Amino acid sequence: MTLRRNSLPVLVVISGLLSVSARAETIQVTIDKLVFAPAEVNAKIGDTIEWVNKDSLLHNAKATNGDWTVNLPPKQNGQVVLKKAGTIDYSCTFHPNMKGRIIVAPAS
Amino acid sequence: MFAKLSAGVAMICLLSASALAQGAGKPTDPQIAHIAYTAGQLDIEAAKQALEKSKNKEVREFAQDMVRDHTEVNKQALALVKKLNVTPQDNDTSRGLTKQAAAKRDELAKLNGTAFDKAYVASEVAYHKTVNGALESTLIPSANNAQLKDLLQTGLKIFQGHQQHAEHVAADLK
Repeated sequence: MTLRRNSLPVLVVISGLLSVSARAETIQVTIDKLVFAPAEVNAKIGDTIEWVNKDSLLHNAKATNGDWTVNLPPKQNGQVVLKKAGTIDYSCTFHPNMKGRIIVAPAS
Repeated sequence: MFAKLSAGVAMICLLSASALAQGAGKPTDPQIAHIAYTAGQLDIEAAKQALEKSKNKEVREFAQDMVRDHTEVNKQALALVKKLNVTPQDNDTSRGLTKQAAAKRDELAKLNGTAFDKAYVASEVAYHKTVNGALESTLIPSANNAQLKDLLQTGLKIFQGHQQHAEHVAADLK
């Protein structure tokens, strides 16, 4: 009984969360032959960057500001949710010649 | 110490230049495949020596990266030569690289601790520079097969990445 009475607010909360995440986008960045493409992406707070590693090599994406490092095993994907506005440069620590940039706008 | 290192680097460059020149003319695809594979194997062996000797976390991680990447690239190289039905052919450049690597291994074997770490990483910077130079100036332009050329071009990007990585580690060791 108690469970049923509580289920409505729970549903409201869940649908609220869903509507928020529906507005946020997932932006894909592909890694192919040691190149991040596109090298520069525009995003906003709450968006997710998803790297798709097509190489057979282990890569990662490490933000120069030290905020995050996303491990990218061979032929696998990795994600990060953007929480701060600003320009984030990142590179692969194993292959520092691989560089990318994310320009994060404040949430609209 | 520095003068000794620079002399060593200069020696490697000279030896590889002469080894490459000895071939007289362009290396063939089977020779190029052999050189590229050998260069990878030699770097794996150097990394294994580092993993046996070094206690430095960053140096060990770098060495592990070298083993992992070069093993993968050579796996692809072997798959490609099999697919193309090419038998890699031993040549003066491969032999020169192997000889130099053996000399470097003996030299490094006498060192320990920080002295070893610094010398290994400096040698990695120099080695990758040499191989990158050979790839850019000779191996890639000489490769006839498009797939081999493509693999060498990717290999060059990996090696350039390793060179920068080694330079970062060298800077941290100072």
